[in-house]
Order: sequence, then C-alpha cells, then structure tokens
Amino acid sequence: MQLIRPDINLDFVGKRKIFLMFSLSLIVLSILVLFSKGMNYGIDFTGGTLVQVQFNKKINISKLRTSLKPLPLGDTVIQNFGSEREFLIRVQKSSRSTKGLENNIKIAIENNFGKDSFKIRRTEMVGPKVGADLRNKALSSMFFALIGILIYVSFRFRFRQAIASVIALIHDVLITVAVFSFSGKEFSLPIVAAVLTIIGYSLNDTIVVFDRIRENNLRSRRQGFFEVVNMSINQTLSRTILTSGTTLVAVLAFLFLGGEIISDVAFTLVVGIIAGTYSSIYVASSFLLFSYGSNESAKKI
Amino acid sequence: MGGLRWRLGVILCVLLGAGYYIYPPDERINLGLDLQGGIHLVLEVQSEKAVESKVERYYNEVKSELKSKDIRVRKIVSKGRSLTIQIHRENDRTRFLELMKEYPDFISTKVSGNPPVYSFKISNKNAEKIKEQAVEQALETIRNRIDQFGVREPTLQRQGVRRIIIQLPGVDDPARAKSLIGKTALLEFKMVDDTKNVSQVVESGEIPEGFQLLYDMRRDRGTGRTIKGRPYLVKKESSLTGNSLTDARATIGDRFNEPYVSITFDGTGSDIFDRITSNNIGRRLAIVLDGVIHSAPTIQERISQGQAQITGSFTLEEASDLAITLRAGALPAPVDVLEERNVGPSLGSDSIRSGIISIITGFVLVLVFMAIYYKLSGLIAVLALLLNLVILSGALGLFGATLTLPGIAGIVLTVGMAVDANVLIFERIREELRLGKTVRSAIDSGFGKAFLTILDANVTTLIAALVLLQFGTGPIKGFAVTLSIGIVASMFTAIFCTRFVYDSILSSKDVRSLSI
Repeated sequence: MQLIRPDINLDFVGKRKIFLMFSLSLIVLSILVLFSKGMNYGIDFTGGTLVQVQFNKKINISKLRTSLKPLPLGDTVIQNFGSEREFLIRVQKSSRSTKGLENNIKIAIENNFGKDSFKIRRTEMVGPKVGADLRNKALSSMFFALIGILIYVSFRFRFRQAIASVIALIHDVLITVAVFSFSGKEFSLPIVAAVLTIIGYSLNDTIVVFDRIRENNLRSRRQGFFEVVNMSINQTLSRTILTSGTTLVAVLAFLFLGGEIISDVAFTLVVGIIAGTYSSIYVASSFLLFSYGSNESAKKI
Repeated sequence: MGGLRWRLGVILCVLLGAGYYIYPPDERINLGLDLQGGIHLVLEVQSEKAVESKVERYYNEVKSELKSKDIRVRKIVSKGRSLTIQIHRENDRTRFLELMKEYPDFISTKVSGNPPVYSFKISNKNAEKIKEQAVEQALETIRNRIDQFGVREPTLQRQGVRRIIIQLPGVDDPARAKSLIGKTALLEFKMVDDTKNVSQVVESGEIPEGFQLLYDMRRDRGTGRTIKGRPYLVKKESSLTGNSLTDARATIGDRFNEPYVSITFDGTGSDIFDRITSNNIGRRLAIVLDGVIHSAPTIQERISQGQAQITGSFTLEEASDLAITLRAGALPAPVDVLEERNVGPSLGSDSIRSGIISIITGFVLVLVFMAIYYKLSGLIAVLALLLNLVILSGALGLFGATLTLPGIAGIVLTVGMAVDANVLIFERIREELRLGKTVRSAIDSGFGKAFLTILDANVTTLIAALVLLQFGTGPIKGFAVTLSIGIVASMFTAIFCTRFVYDSILSSKDVRSLSI
C-alpha cells in the first residue's frame, strides 16, 4: 500500500513564499494570543495548593463552592475533573506550615458533605520559592536543549542548517504554546516536558529532510539547489507523513485513554506533532533556501 | 552477510537479560509515587534558627556563669547572632574577658562606652558550621522518625544546602505524615507564674522581664480546627527539655481511657526533675511542645523516679505519633514545607490502568497501520517494537529507574516513534526496489543509507531528552528516562534486529520478491 505516489513531485519550493507568509502570520497570531491571553500557569510555577477530590455520588458544584467560602483561601478555582463526581480545587495560596491548607479544605468538605462521602485523591502544594525555582529551571532547560541541538546540527551539517532547524523549532514551540494558551489549559511542569519533547521530535523530522538534501546534493550535479531541495522534500514526504501518522495515532490513544491527569500532556504532544510535521516539510527547507537568497550557485550543504 | 548465529546470540542475550530484570515485575519495576500513591515532600531547614537558639543557649550559660563568678552586669542582651554585655565595674574587665574565652564560637566585634559595652557575634564560619550540623541532624532525626513510623522503602535525600526531599510510598494520610516529620518536637518544662494576673498582662502587653506568654490549644467543635486557648505566663528559661529523655511511650490511662504519653528522663534529667518538683510543690509546671502549652499540672509531690506524663486531649494516633517524635528527638531548627505532592492509592491504580490501556491501544493501532502499509515487513517492524518495549522495561529494572505517569507517556511516544527507524529503512528499500535492484541489494542499501539519517534524527531527540533528565524533578525525570531508553533501544531493535530477520530469510532461500 502507498499513500504517497513514489513519483510525486509537488512544487514546495516554488511556493515557499506562500508558506513562509503563512507561517509568519501563524507566528504573529501566536504571539498575539500569548500576549493577550497569557499563560494559565499552574501551581508548579505560581505556587499554590491543589486538591483533587472524588465524591461517592454526583454533587452540586455550587454547594462545594459555598462550603469552601468561609475558608480564607484567596483566589480559588473549582472545576470538574474527568467525571461529574470528581473535582479539582485550586488555590493560589500555599502554606509553609506542616498542618497545611489541604487539611482545612478537607475538614470543610467533611462538615458539609459528611465524613465518608468523598475521597481526597491527590493534593499538591508548591511554595512560592519553589515555584520560582521551577520556572527558572524550565526556561533554562529549553535554552540548553536548543543550544545542544544547535551545536549538534552545526557539527553534523552546517551552521546555516542549524539556524534553519532551530527557527523551525521555535516556530513549532511558539505555535504549540500559543494553542495551549488559547485552550486555557493549565501550564504545568509535565507540559514543559511535552514541549521539550516536541523540540526533539520536530527536529527529528527536519534532520531527515536535510539529510536527504545533503545526499542528493552530492549526487546530482546537474540540478540546481532549489530543485534538489524540492526533490528531497518529495522523496521524504511519504516517510514524514507515515511516522507522524504512527506517532499521532499512539499519542491520540493516550489523549483519549490515558486519563485526565496526563491528557494535557497528550494534547500538547498532538499539537506539537502536527506543527512539527508541517514545519519540517515547509518551514525548515524554505528558510534554508531563503538564507541563500537568490544565489542559486551556493549549493554546498 | 555472515555471522547470523553470532547476531542471534546477541539478540537472545539482550532478551534474556531484559527478561531477568523484568521478572517479577512487582519487585523489579519501581513505581513512582504518582502511580503507587504516596507522599513527596520538600522541606527546608530554617537553619538560621539553629544559630539563634545556640546563641540563646550561650546567653543563658554566660548569664549564670557571670552570676556565679559575681561579675555584675548592667545589661545582657541576645539578639539574632549577637550577644551584647555591659559590665558594671571597670575592674571586672579581665575576669569577664577570661570567662568569655570559654566561648570561642563568639568573636568580639565592638567595645565602646564606659563602663564598657562588649558586643559579640557568632563568626560566619561558625554559623555555617552550626547550620550544616542542623541540616544533617534534621535529616538524621527525620529518618529516625520515619523508620519508627514504619514506612516501606522511604527515600530521604538532601538537596542543595538546606533542603530535604522525602518520599513516602504507600502513605496516604498526608496530614499525619507531615506533622510527624515536620514537627520540631521541642519539649520544654517551664514554671508557670501564678502570682500575677495573666489577663492583665495580656491586656497591657507588658510582659515582665524573663517571662513569656504562651497559650494552650483547644479544638473548635464547629470547624474542627485547633485554635488558641488560654494564656499562661511562664518563665522564659526552660527548667528541663526533651533532650534529657530516654524514652517516650503512648499509653492509655486507666481511669478515663484517655491516651497520654509517658516519658522517662535520663540520669541528669531525673535529678533536675527531682529538684524542680521538690522545690515547687503547689505551683504549676507547664509542659510546652513547640511553643504550645499541652498541660500545666500542679506539682503535688516530689517526683524522683524520673517519670512524667504528657496529657492533653490526644487521640491514640496523635499520642503515639508524639511519642515517636519525642523518642527520635527534636529537630535542631524548625522546617518549612516548600513543596508537597500526595497521590492517593486509588488514583495511582487508575493511572496505571489507563496507562496500560493506552499503551496497548497505541501499540495495536500502530500494528494495524504497519501491517496494512508494509505487510510482512510491517509485522517485522512491530516485532522489533515489541522487543523495544521489553528492553525498555528491562532497562527500567536494571537501572532501578522509577516509572511515573509521564514515564508512561514517554513509552507511548516511543511506541509511535520507534517504528520511525523502520519506516525510514522501508521507504529506502522501496525506492531501491523501484530502481530495479534485487531484493538483497535493495535491503543492503536501504539499511545502509538510512543508518546515518536514523542516527542523526535520534541523537537530536536524545539531546532534548537528556536535558530533561538534568532538569527533571521526579515525574519529568521519569518521562526523560523512558524516552531516552526507548530511543536508544529503537536503534538496536529497528536496525540490528530487523536486519537480522531479513538476513536470515535471505540466507535460507533465494528471495525474488519482498513483502514490503
């Protein structure tokens, strides 16, 4: 079976300006979303307390809200989590004392709903200091991942390729993060992990294309560089789509079956894989060509 | 291609090795707290407090030394790391300085005025030493408490200068565990001053020199929370502390069936207790735990056997936890909870179940996809993928790595991505076949040409995964671990193992067409 005909020859390169414009507008849109909507940072980064509670039977969320009203909790978000019996209570405050806010929350629910009517399934408390620490670590890890990749790609290819692939990466990360921001989901530590994975994954795709360009370039001295690039994208198209397909299928299974806690991670991966596939077909190579300008003779890679 | 046997040997060895480290899975595979339930705590020792309480101790010692040597002072004040003393008579100077030589931890920072005011300070070097000891001792004490509490396979780890990471698998009462671990458990016995009117002192806010106001706690019936109770005026200096304990046990009283904690003092402690009780019959002795009065019984008679009881409205659980903390000793300084994550066992097993379901579903979907697209070759790739998962599990067992929920996400991602190497190879083989090459040479050049691409592509993902490993706290580390192992294993299974399968097929018969 074949999805992509082997003799396929789509003119990617000729339309690169359109794709670049498209990507550029995506990036602008992403930045706009990020600035206007911002990130819904989870307690990992802001500090705070989170309590996941499961009731034995359906309860009214507004009753849960009123029962927590008397507590001096500050900003409180209560939302359904997975099923109608399960709720997530998120509080901006964190407590340094060993007694803890979560205990007060537990007692308040006990008093309103009865002692054995619910289970505390998960509690998390992150102090503000740790939140700041984690935020710095997350940023520096993104930075070091990019630097590491830049070095490796420059070493295996050339600096120009490295720059092109890193731009494709930033493109993917930006879009993924913007979609995430738009969805209003909570940005937590595992999401950082997912974004870093996207960096690795998207690069994986880009490298395959670059690798093919290098190989074709050595072989075909008659063709111009534009032609070589276009041919390479076409030749790897089948593989790019297949691999993205299998990965996407696996991650989608995880999104729908993996449970509520990890579903945001799966969601991020899905978005990132789509963006990454698009960028390695259209963005990375287009940018590579763009960097050569109209200088067709510069075909060494 | 020769060496089929040799390669089969390698594959079997890897498979056996992996099998050895997987079986039995319950013991071999460490589950993270998010999967098996448990408590993760990050504590920070307020080690500066240890320095301050050392200064406070010196202050008391110096004060009584001065008294016994009859060196009169105008004022003696301790604050933070410093101690300020003004002597009364100029000609006590030599004897005073002689005495202060006994306290080499202090360095003299300033002398001024007449009669002279001396300022002393704990040197930075010594302060650092005290802080370091405080953290070490806190770690030791907490370990002791956890051991006595009886947690299966706890981990305690020092992080950075002042932090302690604690993981308690299988513990599902976070409030109790936290109070057991984080309680300073500084037990003090202080004389109550009943000669003054306490409510007047509270109102005026004028606390007499050498005394302090402490409160007892009572439980609010409505909310169930403990709130401040009655005030007591007690001596600042404690007559006796928990340092002099040899044992503490939770016991149930005969008369009211009320749990209490009985404590036993060591030799010196017994002597001191004996002296206090005999000198103060009829007065009240407050039993203070971490600055809160638990009870303040009136001393009825002299107690010389070195035994005492701490009563208060305990549940049996609270009493036995208190006994544990008293036995293990007080923390040298209070601790702050910086981070706490707690997952109940039911949520953990839910996560495991849905994790396994999604791995299997993902695997089956990939299998169907590959089988339809690449037919027999697709099945070979899926076989390689299966081997990859076995190796991945084996590696988790071998390295004692912890499998977390994000770790399962890493496995799912591996399921999707690991076939990539085979896809790259197969696409190449198809191309070569289209060029009219024979099966054998198509396979040869397919593997050959795809190899570098696979290497480059995987190394870059590996870089991201390794950065994650460095960055990672618990769960994220788990993700990075499974992802990294998955990538490395896929190089072995997708290239080495599938190549082996092709070569064995080719060696046995003359193959004209390839199911790809």
